[in-house]
Amino acid sequence: MSETFFGKSIKRREDARLITGKGAFVDDLKIPFTTHAAFVRSPHAHAKINRIDLTAAKAMKGVIAIYTGKDLKDSGVKPIPVGWLLPNIKVPAHYPLAVDKVRHMGDAVALVIAETVYLARDAAELVEVDYEVLPAISDGAEALKAGAATVHDEAPDNVCFRWALGDKAATDKAFTTAHKIVKQSFRNHRLIPNAIEPRACLASANAGTGETTLWVTSQNPHVHRLIMAAFVLGIPEHKLRVISPDVGGGFGSKIFIYPEECAVTWASRALSRPIKWTSDRREAFLTDAHGRDHHTEAEIALSAEGKFLGLRVKTVANLGAYLTLFAPAVPTYLYGTLLTGTYQTPAIHVDVTGVFTHTTPVDAYRGAGRPEATYLVERLVDLSAKALGMDPLEIRRKNFIGPEQFPYQTPVALLYDSGNYKGALDKALTMFDYPAFRKEQAAARKQGRYLGVGFSTYVEACGLAPSQVAGALGAQAGLYESATVRVHPTGKVTVFTGSHSHGQGHETTFAQVAADELQVPMEDVEIVHGDTGIVPFGMGSYGSRSGPVGTAAIHMGAQKIKEKAKKIAAHLLEANEKDVVYEGGKFFVKGTPGVSKSFFDVSLMAYLAHNLPKGLEPGLEAISFFDPGNFVFPFGTHICMVEVQRDTGVVKVLRYVAVDDLGRVINPMIVDGMVHGGILQGVSQALYEHAEYDENAQLVTGSMMNYVVPKADDFIGVELARTETPTPVNPLGIKGAGETGTIASTPAVANAVMDALSPFGIAHIDMPLTPGRIWEALRGRKEA
Amino acid sequence: MYASEFEYYAPATVAEAVALLDKYGDDAKVVSGSQSLVPMMRLRLSQLKHLVDLRKVPGLTGITESGGFIVVGGMTTHHAVSVSELVKKKLPMMAEAAGNIGDAQVRNLGTIGGSMAHADPSADWPAVLTALDATLVIASAGGERKVKVSDFIVGPLTTVLQPAEILTQVRIPLPQGRYGGAYEKMPHPASRFAVVGVAAEVFLDAGGAVQSSRIAITGLGPKVSRATSVEQALQGKKPEAAAVKAAASKAAEGFEIREDLIGSAAYKANLAAVIAERVLKLAASRAQGR
Repeated sequence: MSETFFGKSIKRREDARLITGKGAFVDDLKIPFTTHAAFVRSPHAHAKINRIDLTAAKAMKGVIAIYTGKDLKDSGVKPIPVGWLLPNIKVPAHYPLAVDKVRHMGDAVALVIAETVYLARDAAELVEVDYEVLPAISDGAEALKAGAATVHDEAPDNVCFRWALGDKAATDKAFTTAHKIVKQSFRNHRLIPNAIEPRACLASANAGTGETTLWVTSQNPHVHRLIMAAFVLGIPEHKLRVISPDVGGGFGSKIFIYPEECAVTWASRALSRPIKWTSDRREAFLTDAHGRDHHTEAEIALSAEGKFLGLRVKTVANLGAYLTLFAPAVPTYLYGTLLTGTYQTPAIHVDVTGVFTHTTPVDAYRGAGRPEATYLVERLVDLSAKALGMDPLEIRRKNFIGPEQFPYQTPVALLYDSGNYKGALDKALTMFDYPAFRKEQAAARKQGRYLGVGFSTYVEACGLAPSQVAGALGAQAGLYESATVRVHPTGKVTVFTGSHSHGQGHETTFAQVAADELQVPMEDVEIVHGDTGIVPFGMGSYGSRSGPVGTAAIHMGAQKIKEKAKKIAAHLLEANEKDVVYEGGKFFVKGTPGVSKSFFDVSLMAYLAHNLPKGLEPGLEAISFFDPGNFVFPFGTHICMVEVQRDTGVVKVLRYVAVDDLGRVINPMIVDGMVHGGILQGVSQALYEHAEYDENAQLVTGSMMNYVVPKADDFIGVELARTETPTPVNPLGIKGAGETGTIASTPAVANAVMDALSPFGIAHIDMPLTPGRIWEALRGRKEA
Repeated sequence: MYASEFEYYAPATVAEAVALLDKYGDDAKVVSGSQSLVPMMRLRLSQLKHLVDLRKVPGLTGITESGGFIVVGGMTTHHAVSVSELVKKKLPMMAEAAGNIGDAQVRNLGTIGGSMAHADPSADWPAVLTALDATLVIASAGGERKVKVSDFIVGPLTTVLQPAEILTQVRIPLPQGRYGGAYEKMPHPASRFAVVGVAAEVFLDAGGAVQSSRIAITGLGPKVSRATSVEQALQGKKPEAAAVKAAASKAAEGFEIREDLIGSAAYKANLAAVIAERVLKLAASRAQGR
């Protein structure tokens, strides 16, 4: 038997390259005669552009060209489209450069091309824009009020869409029979992604061939190509090549097609010169799509025994100034559908209003809608337990969907394929001694120390699928993944995947899958991604889809390779194909392993074609597209233990236990890293991060000096374990692992802090749970 | 973030540096560790024309004991102060404060003189050096002058330094008798500057009562300030828990505190009191140990 790789913590192959500075990120790429771009950006959140004076800037030596929004529009550049449409949605035009008005701080109004990046920045400062400043609105709920400043004329009330899901009549009825109703308003605040590598693009138009190559920080280069070619710039799709090389993190923010790459690509074609643009951190804060930003009113109907009878949710989702690629899907289909959580709530109704404001667009950010839903549900569960005088674990156990109930149809559209929620909780409780904690908590309180525990018994839905259903719900794209498995004459293998790795470690994990299926050494497998010139059309990486969808396509491709190889081997062995087996990298007639053909022998013959079965084409290559039948549903239990300091409001995370069920795990070490980082990101939302705008819709947390990104020494120790319930949705039983940490952890931390504060009669504080906010809530309160 | 165009100079002596500053006046600035000025240049908040780098000037770094003073060169990094055996032994609060400035990269590049000359109202050094009653040595074409820390900082990012002057040395008098010092801050979660930082140097008399103290608070106001109400409340009292708490509760007196994203004025006043209490307890216990 040859060595197998699935399930082993193999060190990341890409790390040697990346940690020794041999990676090639967009900004590292050098093309002769490259010019540099800088954008002139609005300092105002809302203003009419009266006049743009380019005279002084154009007069600077080294400035090649300056373009305004009008130049692009007049030349035929179209607005950037939206990839997910909802009924009656308003989609105002989003041109790469603002044409008449700017609608958020940082909105781009002109593009300067110069010989060096410094010259471009200097010239951008000399562009004089005459702005007529208009009133601006930054808060989603405020934007709905009469008299609020209007973002787009076509949406005078700032409403982009109104969307609802669930059975309203049944939900209303549940509330009439309730023993108790628990109501709470929640603010799920805005976050700024801050991938370590800022966005960048380098466009190079070849006037000779008519081809344009765009290197861009993209999680989905084919989507970039399709939208830029077919919708925005009108370039024939086969004349635009999009390459997304090494990319330093995305967290969703590099899914979207941004104005900068559209304008730079257009300008490169206009000038026949390569043009590079790399965002600086200040621009990243202002222009990378933000995340979250909900105002929610929720109420849950409870029976006297603590059963959830109904859940009613009304959410206002702040979408920012323009709709970016998947913005409409995030607070609707990725949010409302997850409000069941892990519980048998029979009736749910959710009502979402998407709102325009004069802020940076909001779109998918790690978790995308599911963290918002999970936070809401897990907080309501704790508030319900408190209202009924029940233990938070007792109420969870009472309402869990049982392992025997799968597949489980939720009242909000999803069909959960598999799960064992109690199993994950039980395992977590073997790691965290809950009764002992309650004793420790009681003892600590006597000494004026306030400990708390928070649970998050979550489920999430990732690997969004199938394409047909997504299409019916408004997606303007399919949600399959592609793979080409190319076996070379020497038996070495190159796998071209439509997934994209920007930190996930695909070069390692995908090779583990391919090597196992083909029974070849891992070093014989190369993983290639991120280049539309050589990779078949694929959908890219987001929503934790690369594991469940991307690897399945590779698995399918490998099966096709083995089928064809077996035909060739049988022919060479002069045996019936049905009698030939492939084991340990050798083809032989069952029972006679002594006479065999190796993978190398068969690969070579496939290309020599000297002796192939009659009618069989030469070559050994397969392309596959995997379109899963359903989402996958990772779940688990996270337990957070905190101490809240009474005198300063400071929260310390003392312990963090996470048991996740991610189905079968390809590489435990890499998944541990994903979960670990995800948890810190979720803890960070609960305790630290917060994007804040002032009354003029100016972003006041616009730099690392005041927007809190957790540092290395904020990292918490995490005790990880897993249960394994393979999903039937894909051939390898894999669920997504990229977002569970972020989705699960935020409510665990919030629940823990509220538990610590319970002696003071505090039931809820909105996040982030900063020391100042906690102290303010405690102010004047005495222990009950 | 790209700075606007400027000329860069690397003089070899203080005299050369001062001559450059003399020549270019307000258009020039000295750079030391590059941790405050350079970010401001990159954000184009500062668009100076001439940058005079002191890193090639010998003799501006190092920590020595001389004539009853600890003498720290202006170009000495925070890290060097934090690991100095001399400082750890004689003025432990200074080493502790240095070790908690910013992060490791900031401490490896940023300097004590640069921080003082920058005079950020939330910086750590102004509080620590005020509590230690330090004196700053300032060089110019006309020679040297000495200024007490308490007279040096005028307001936010403003000092008495003239355009053609360079801060070359920090001189800290070695305390005598039963003394103890401590510094603690609530770091801003993003910048790690002090939301509130309290430095205290406490002197006890033979009977164990507080003979005198210097308590300085950074972060609360436009510049570092002495908490004179706390000092007066402590005077002559034994530093027992109740007395310390009562004195520390006056920490925010006299400050006009601004609310911001970190919290309300009341919250920051509370922080000042809580931190002052912790700091005074530690400083007093150190003094009692001498």
